[in-house]
Amino acid sequence: MSIPSESTTDGEPATLAPAARASAGDVGGQVSSGKRNVRGSNNDVRPLVAIAGNPNAGKTTLFNALTGRRAKVGNYPGITVERRQAEIEVDGVGSVDLVDIPGTYSLVAHSADEQIALETMLGLRGAAKPDAVIFCVDATQLTRGWYLVLQAQELGLRVIVALTMMDEAGPAAPDVKALSAVAGCPVVAVHAARAIGLDDLRGEIRAALDRGEARPVWKWTASESLKRRLQTVSEVLPESWPKIDAMALWALMSIDDDDELLGISDKLRRTVSEQNDDTGAAKAIDDEVVESRYRWIDEHVAVLVTRPPDRRLTDRIDSILLHRVAGFAVFVGIMFVMFQALFAWADPAIVLIEDLFAWFGEQVSAVLPPGIFNDFITDGVIAGFGSVMVFLPQILLLFFFIGIMEDTGYLARVAYLMDRIMKSMNLHGRAFVPMLSGFACAVPAVMATRTMERRRDRLLTMLVVPLMTCSARLPVYTLIIASLFPAGHVLGIFPVQGLLMVFMYLFSTTTALGAAWVLSRVVRPLKAKRLPFVIELPPYRRPRIRDVLRMMWERSRLFLSEAGTVILGCTIILWFLLSFPRTLPAGGPDYDRLIAEAPTAEIAQTLERDKEGELLRRSYGGRLGRILEPAIEPLGFDWKIGVGLIGAFAAREVFVSTMGVVYSAGADTDETSATLRQRIREEMRADGTRLYTPLVGLSLMVFFALACQCMSTLAVVKRETQGYRWPLFMFAYMTALAWLMSFLVFQGGRLLGFA
Amino acid sequence: MKSLAEIPHHQLTEVTRVEGSRRFRRRLLEMGLTPGASVKVLNVAPLGDPLEIEVRQSRLSIRRSEAKQVEVRG
Repeated sequence: MSIPSESTTDGEPATLAPAARASAGDVGGQVSSGKRNVRGSNNDVRPLVAIAGNPNAGKTTLFNALTGRRAKVGNYPGITVERRQAEIEVDGVGSVDLVDIPGTYSLVAHSADEQIALETMLGLRGAAKPDAVIFCVDATQLTRGWYLVLQAQELGLRVIVALTMMDEAGPAAPDVKALSAVAGCPVVAVHAARAIGLDDLRGEIRAALDRGEARPVWKWTASESLKRRLQTVSEVLPESWPKIDAMALWALMSIDDDDELLGISDKLRRTVSEQNDDTGAAKAIDDEVVESRYRWIDEHVAVLVTRPPDRRLTDRIDSILLHRVAGFAVFVGIMFVMFQALFAWADPAIVLIEDLFAWFGEQVSAVLPPGIFNDFITDGVIAGFGSVMVFLPQILLLFFFIGIMEDTGYLARVAYLMDRIMKSMNLHGRAFVPMLSGFACAVPAVMATRTMERRRDRLLTMLVVPLMTCSARLPVYTLIIASLFPAGHVLGIFPVQGLLMVFMYLFSTTTALGAAWVLSRVVRPLKAKRLPFVIELPPYRRPRIRDVLRMMWERSRLFLSEAGTVILGCTIILWFLLSFPRTLPAGGPDYDRLIAEAPTAEIAQTLERDKEGELLRRSYGGRLGRILEPAIEPLGFDWKIGVGLIGAFAAREVFVSTMGVVYSAGADTDETSATLRQRIREEMRADGTRLYTPLVGLSLMVFFALACQCMSTLAVVKRETQGYRWPLFMFAYMTALAWLMSFLVFQGGRLLGFA
Repeated sequence: MKSLAEIPHHQLTEVTRVEGSRRFRRRLLEMGLTPGASVKVLNVAPLGDPLEIEVRQSRLSIRRSEAKQVEVRG
């Protein structure tokens, strides 16, 4: 197969009906059937257009502007990359499906996540092949952005280029007509936020659909030796792939010894590794290909830009924001504001939601007849919904901040500033925001990991973020510290209790860093990939609030539908475990009679609490606590703490209220309850010694610091990783770590005589 | 021959070669750090790493260890 050189004309005039395919909604959840396609005779087929481009090139803004509020978000099967798809109307064509391809700098891939761009453009792996692909190219980054366009032309795709950021390019903007002439494909200048150029773009979509099938177009000529290699590889390409040289080239460049690509046959892999038999040959191919492409770009595209884009404003802002001292100060300030927002300002909203659901529960409880069903609805279902909704304020706030920072371009600067520190954990700068958010709550923090491009980075961060001391752990620490540790001062100045809190924070942060370090070395999918951690620092831009709001809404919606269902399910299960069976032991005090006969309301209340406590102790949860007892005894715990831990799985702070019930201090106790503290201090073991010594308290806090005591975190990890494997792993490693550290603290303390 | 990590800031120079493992260097090449491309180091992050460079009208953040693999003229 010969490679045409410098050809710029498109294919034959014969019209081509879109290939029959399963509804493009299989993967994205699209439902309604569009109008009849003007070209095809098949009523159900709708044209599909993809949008691709570099990250930061304005692709999402363009997608949003074209599609309004109608995007459906789904997942490509088997990987964590999301697929956004929506319907648009194009004059003369009717409904057209628009799908958003994740931003990338090149189609050459190393993992399944990176492969998805190519596969989507070619219609491999299930989804239909797009009839045209719109490439968003940032007019201020024309040369690098065009690299992707060349690859698309080599693949024979119907390419439409949407030039974005023309405003910012100003006098540095290229001549669109000249660009189109030299490139051989339509080029449209767009300003998505002001809806300029969108009609032209839609017009080009229609024109593209009317054109015949595109032929591969190579703007450069391969050397003889490369042509030979391409020939050899072309012969063993998989059946479903287009039999063109561009695919052979992709294979030669992407496949190597430890790639994680899918759909590569053994034969292809063998042939490629023969062709790349020594790294010298492989590198030479890379050199030739990349240099040839950029040479064409430099000679034909770059020359159309008569002067460099004006980055003065960006430079001036950066001279402050990236400054050694001032930049750092601003950074700390902004991070502090974000942190305060998550930690404190979200509180009123959280309390409001909690109160709202509590009130609602009460109303419903009053209406329904008393009994199991009533409890199920009130304490199971309504409480479950409440425990899902309660995360929304923090999620919305965090994504608001992230959205603004990302849109303005500041998020890349954060990554730049923090990279050095993150590097020590085998992570990179972008992990900083999720890690910081983890101090408020792990749930939005896990969701925030999607700002990282690489799956491996996202996974590693997700796995250690829950080790950061989240705000839910604080009530537990407060209860334990206040109950068991003296209120005195060390050296007369430092309050013991305060120091302990600080210690817990430091301890958990250090463990998180250590865990990241260990996990990245031990767990195979998390190993560092020896790829450059290059981040682009885009010019500063005004944030588009509408896009940010839309993104916030999308994230929340996905959280509610995909993680929320898991959390609701777990709440109901836990409610069941802790409420049943509702039978009191025979031979014990007849609480109901005693309560009815109680002389004062106070005594009645005490009896009520005793009854609650007894019921809990006898519940399945209680029994589970007893079963767990031998496992947690070496840590200094007893089965009642075990019940607390089970309850805490719903949410860490539930530990306190569960303990309240277990110790008959009432379910509405919190960590400030004097009664609960007193009960804890007085609790005896079977042999008469105090159960809760300061050492036990420390051991318990250490356990809480490290254990995966949060089903909501597991639910979002499941949602973000699209599977159960990683949440299970997280649970396992964190539990093991917690047990081990707790064991060391307790037994170590005992050995040292601290009993 | 110096590397990108060693040249003084704000000095415009040219990439001559990219070293490193195959996958590693391919990424750098595709981001525009090809032999012959003009490149300039703009500044360094407050903690000493990474570097901010300018290549093909675009600003990139690149770690020092990675910058060492990019050979530049003079």
